[in-house]
Amino acid sequence: MYVYDEYDQSIVDARVEEFRDQVNRRLSGAMTEDQFKPLRLMNGLYLQLHAYMLRVAVPYGTLDSRQMRMLGHIARKYDRGYGHFTTRQNIQYNWIKLADAPDILAELATVQMHAIQTSGNCIRNISSDQFAGAAADEVADPRPWAELIRQWSTFHPEFTYLPRKFKIAVIAADEDRAAMRLHDIGIQLLERDGVLGAKIFVGGGMGRTPMIAHEVKDFITADHLMSYLEACLRVYNRYGRRDNIYKARIKILLHEIGVDAYRDQVEAEFAAIRELGIDPPLAELERITAMFAGPAFATDAPDTVDRSDPDFAVWLDQNVAAHKQPGHAVVTISLKPIGGIPGDASADQIDLMADLAERYGHDELRVTHAQNIVLPHVRKADLHSIWTALRDAGLAEANLDLISDIIACPGLDYCSLANARSIPLAQKIGERFAGRQRELGELKLKISGCINACGHHHAGHIGILGVDKKGTENYQLLLGGSGAEDVSLGKITGPGFDEDGVVDAIERVTDRYVELREGGERFLDTYRRVGMQPFKEAIYG
Amino acid sequence: MKLLTGNDLATGDVVWWTGQDWSRHVEDAVDVGVHGEAILRAEEGARRVNVPYLIDAEATPQGPRPAHIKDRIRALGPTVRPDLTLKPADADAGAWVI
Repeated sequence: MYVYDEYDQSIVDARVEEFRDQVNRRLSGAMTEDQFKPLRLMNGLYLQLHAYMLRVAVPYGTLDSRQMRMLGHIARKYDRGYGHFTTRQNIQYNWIKLADAPDILAELATVQMHAIQTSGNCIRNISSDQFAGAAADEVADPRPWAELIRQWSTFHPEFTYLPRKFKIAVIAADEDRAAMRLHDIGIQLLERDGVLGAKIFVGGGMGRTPMIAHEVKDFITADHLMSYLEACLRVYNRYGRRDNIYKARIKILLHEIGVDAYRDQVEAEFAAIRELGIDPPLAELERITAMFAGPAFATDAPDTVDRSDPDFAVWLDQNVAAHKQPGHAVVTISLKPIGGIPGDASADQIDLMADLAERYGHDELRVTHAQNIVLPHVRKADLHSIWTALRDAGLAEANLDLISDIIACPGLDYCSLANARSIPLAQKIGERFAGRQRELGELKLKISGCINACGHHHAGHIGILGVDKKGTENYQLLLGGSGAEDVSLGKITGPGFDEDGVVDAIERVTDRYVELREGGERFLDTYRRVGMQPFKEAIYG
Repeated sequence: MKLLTGNDLATGDVVWWTGQDWSRHVEDAVDVGVHGEAILRAEEGARRVNVPYLIDAEATPQGPRPAHIKDRIRALGPTVRPDLTLKPADADAGAWVI
């Protein structure tokens, strides 16, 4: 885990006091909402349907138990007893009072957390692989690189007012667990001839114009990564459109001028920048990397697990992944109980997960972009104890990557931008398919309540987009998306449905899949083999 | 009918113009009629409420019912957490939204 130095702590503390002054001036009437809004957004404070919403950054999704407990404490003391984990590996609180916001940020600062750059047209929280440091297939831990980028991008004076928000993901394995190519910049660490470097993808994103990021740099070594990223951002900052918010993301720039032209511009900029010596010395990356050294794993931990409890065995098969260290495992705690609200966790549940991490998990937790929580380093011998504690707290749903493990945005129940509710639909789908989800196998379903696509509907094997149709909620169905290494964008099936209608349509789609699938095909595999038509026929007749 | 609504500056709570002041309960809202814009401008100046705006609503025996579902959800609270709405004891409150 990265540990703040005195500079990190001082800038976060100073930011809290600066925001406290801004809030006081707003509450006294000295500042208008138009003046205050950009300031509160830079501190993660939105105004949503029912109240202020505070988005707290969880850098690359990594937390320790002390930080996790602080999240539970804030939920209990300042909110209504729960938090919502997001698709950007952050957490949101839905019921914040303006006067409390500075105190919340001050409490967060005591555990080296903040809400800086969780909104606004700046570089947002850097996201990463939730299995980082534990996965057997990674070439390196991507988090030191993500941390280096976080430090570079925090308060970067040139990139504080970009044409639009900017999202970066870093992974270090061929299996993409972070939807890397659906980010403005996606970075994949690679080893080439014994040298660690990165492949750079630019111009991905979802929203109203979904695009898959293009490869713009085959390989860049660590010693020039920051100057290369600086060049990528500088070209965007110069040419990105500021005249139309819907065309302001970097993906539109690449689409308009072409990948080759963009790459040429970046290379020209890079050639100039790399000579300026702005890259941090490799010793800095090494300093950060040392903080992410893995825990001292027991070398004699038993590698077998007693599977005699059938419910435990189901959870084991579904929610527990292989760890690079024998005798250890990676646990994903589903925040998708059947009929529950995807991504929500009560303060008590947050505390419990912190306790489990402290007791069994080398004090580490991760937030996933699929709105679940990971204990990345647990001994296999402790799995049953962990499962028992999770089961007693309503956190042992064995549904990872199944149809009820739904990514859903807050939708019209909370969000001022939404056109339709997402959560009730997720609840209905979970209830409809609870009994047969294992039969359907891996099936990633994602719901967005508006075209902004916070629920990643474009990347769902099955995606749902809520729209406003003459004042009523209507849902479009998409098939064939993926945010993984086999990245693709879903296609709309045809006319939309009401809430019950879309659940029925999904059932017809999955029934047709079961008829058509061959061997061990996932839904996505079958869809790619047979195409849209058989599913359209099943849906619309 | 026309209602004036916004979010309370300090708490963020959804509030409705009652003719004299602001209330959290849409049942207290009054038809601002042709005076809506003037009240809106005056209240913007008072800086007690964030982003006040006018909406269409229907007068019903139970009180004003906003025309758009978004404002009905604002008036009640999240449909997926009845315990957090303004009517946690009313099991049918969600039906009013839909």
